[in-house]
Amino acid sequence: MTQIGEWFDRRLQLAAPIREASEHAVPRSTASWFYVFGSAALTVFILQLVTGILLALIYVPSASEAWSSLQALNHDVTLGWFIRALHGWGSNFMVALVLIHMVQVFLFGAYKFPRELTWIVGVFLLLMTLGMAFSGQVLRFDQDAYWGLGIGASIASRVPILGPAIVKLMLGGPIIAGATLSRFFALHVFVIPGMLIGFVCLHLLMVLKLGINEWPMPGRLVKRATYVSEYHELTKKDGAPFVPYAIWKDLFFAAFILLAVAACALYFGPFGPTGMPDPTIIQTVPKPDYFFLWLYALLSLLPPSLETPVLLIGPVLAIIGLLLLPFLSGEGEKSWRRRPIAVLTVLLIAIMLSTFTHLAGYTPWSPHMNAWSGDPVPERFLHGATALQLQGALVFQAKQCRNCHSLGGLGGQRGPALDSVAVRLTQDQLIRQVIQGGGNMPAYGKNLSPAETTAIVAFLKTLHPAGQAPARDAARDVVLRETGTGTHP
Amino acid sequence: MSNENTLSRRGLFMNIGMLINGLVAVALALPIMRFLLSSVTRGHGNAYLSWVPVGRVSEFPEGETRLATFRNPYVMPTDGKTVDTACWVRRIAGDQFQVFAVNCAHLGCPVRWFPQSGLFMCPCHGGVYYRNGSRASGPPERGLFEYPHKIENGMVTIQAGELPTPGMPVALSEKKPPCAG
Repeated sequence: MTQIGEWFDRRLQLAAPIREASEHAVPRSTASWFYVFGSAALTVFILQLVTGILLALIYVPSASEAWSSLQALNHDVTLGWFIRALHGWGSNFMVALVLIHMVQVFLFGAYKFPRELTWIVGVFLLLMTLGMAFSGQVLRFDQDAYWGLGIGASIASRVPILGPAIVKLMLGGPIIAGATLSRFFALHVFVIPGMLIGFVCLHLLMVLKLGINEWPMPGRLVKRATYVSEYHELTKKDGAPFVPYAIWKDLFFAAFILLAVAACALYFGPFGPTGMPDPTIIQTVPKPDYFFLWLYALLSLLPPSLETPVLLIGPVLAIIGLLLLPFLSGEGEKSWRRRPIAVLTVLLIAIMLSTFTHLAGYTPWSPHMNAWSGDPVPERFLHGATALQLQGALVFQAKQCRNCHSLGGLGGQRGPALDSVAVRLTQDQLIRQVIQGGGNMPAYGKNLSPAETTAIVAFLKTLHPAGQAPARDAARDVVLRETGTGTHP
Repeated sequence: MSNENTLSRRGLFMNIGMLINGLVAVALALPIMRFLLSSVTRGHGNAYLSWVPVGRVSEFPEGETRLATFRNPYVMPTDGKTVDTACWVRRIAGDQFQVFAVNCAHLGCPVRWFPQSGLFMCPCHGGVYYRNGSRASGPPERGLFEYPHKIENGMVTIQAGELPTPGMPVALSEKKPPCAG
């Protein structure tokens, strides 16, 4: 056995450099459970490569056949559903792990001198990971993919002057069609993975050459002049070979992550595909995958006038900021204990992203398309109602008011809940709001007859809690009394 | 004689070799770029647009808005169902029509028509439009995209062929609706 090994190594001459690389001394402090995320991301990337190739054995990147080939994977091919689920959940885990790895590197000051380039390559790895996530969603060529591409095209079209050309370049033609899927297939399967593999190798090479970032000690500052010799001193004095001293934790965590991906794949199954990518089926509510949900929320919450500048300039600024980070703070304190602004920045971004993601989970800004016909009017609002008020409730439902306004917790949340609207608005204000709209509500004046308006306002006036009187305009009573028509309600 | 400043025979050959490779690279880059950008250059001007019928005039009752479908004029063999496109056809009266793209002017999701309230609503970010396509509320900055249309031999015909997006120059730009209401 050893003879065979020697025969090969005589020709390959790889044993010595591999041994040297794996046994190089690392600071003992780096053998930590905080240092396992990068290797876990790499492990999931390998899982993605393997499962991706397996899927490509069946998948057909053609707009007319992609969807049915996914159906075949889900239902006909033995364990096709499981490989799809592994690949889908693997992508979720990979995005999450890359982000966690990045946060750890940022908080531990590992991007500082001399590891600036490692960080910059890492930023590109993050962008490519997100590129893989988006293009992967496109390959799942279903309704979400189709309309998601439409959203991407709409955003790209807003680039000044070049917008329309970028859209045609992105779609491979004038519309979302066969050429679009083919080029996203090329991106997802050849271009981005090729670049990813190259950049991962660079990233790892630099980790090997420059050494793993030592555990940051508060007060131990990074100086360009002395850092490298200090680091060598540290690895000499308090170092241990990477294999096996540190790697066992990476191995344990990687195995745990793979198990977790497999467990999710088994339990939750594959993602979609949802409905067929047929643009004539418009009864659809497209939604992006979870890593882009925050963007989906942002796009509905930004004021319209800010949207285009934020969409086009925001990402550029964010990427420039990430790339410049190691040059802006390449020296000094590494420990997060003495970098409150760094910690606050991470917390702020994390809270922002998770809040937006959470909001996108129930989309309070979207009208509920079927609320008007599906959601019942709670009985308490109808109990003892007059015929006019009942008629008003009917108008309320029939005119789709419910799509944006909830009653008893059911209905759209685009506009305010109307359970106690009578307390907030007087009769005149209700009439004005219904007819003229305003405050992000369409004007209904042209779509309601006077009789319907009277009925709906009569119904809205009953919407107040039992103990609270409806709002009334004090001046109205006076005016009505003085003009002698005070019998009107 | 110092070797640093003089060019040896082999060095000269190497330089010539690199030059030839550079020239070949440039020569190949041109067709490669033309191939890559073909979807942009091919659609220069309105080359992707043509007039396509969406249905007989009699299929659209006066005063109503109906969903119609048409096949995109530019088709590739692997396009499948994606070239079938939907649009909202509003017959105001007689030969007065408005034909709207289903794509929301915000980010392109398909808007749905609610005849009872006379509104188009978008399921994505809550854009709402009136029956004449003008913006009612929500994030869109403009009204629905409107296809140019004409009546030919009793058929409603529209000029279509490109995905309507907010950045498009002229073809589907916002027009003053012929009848507000």
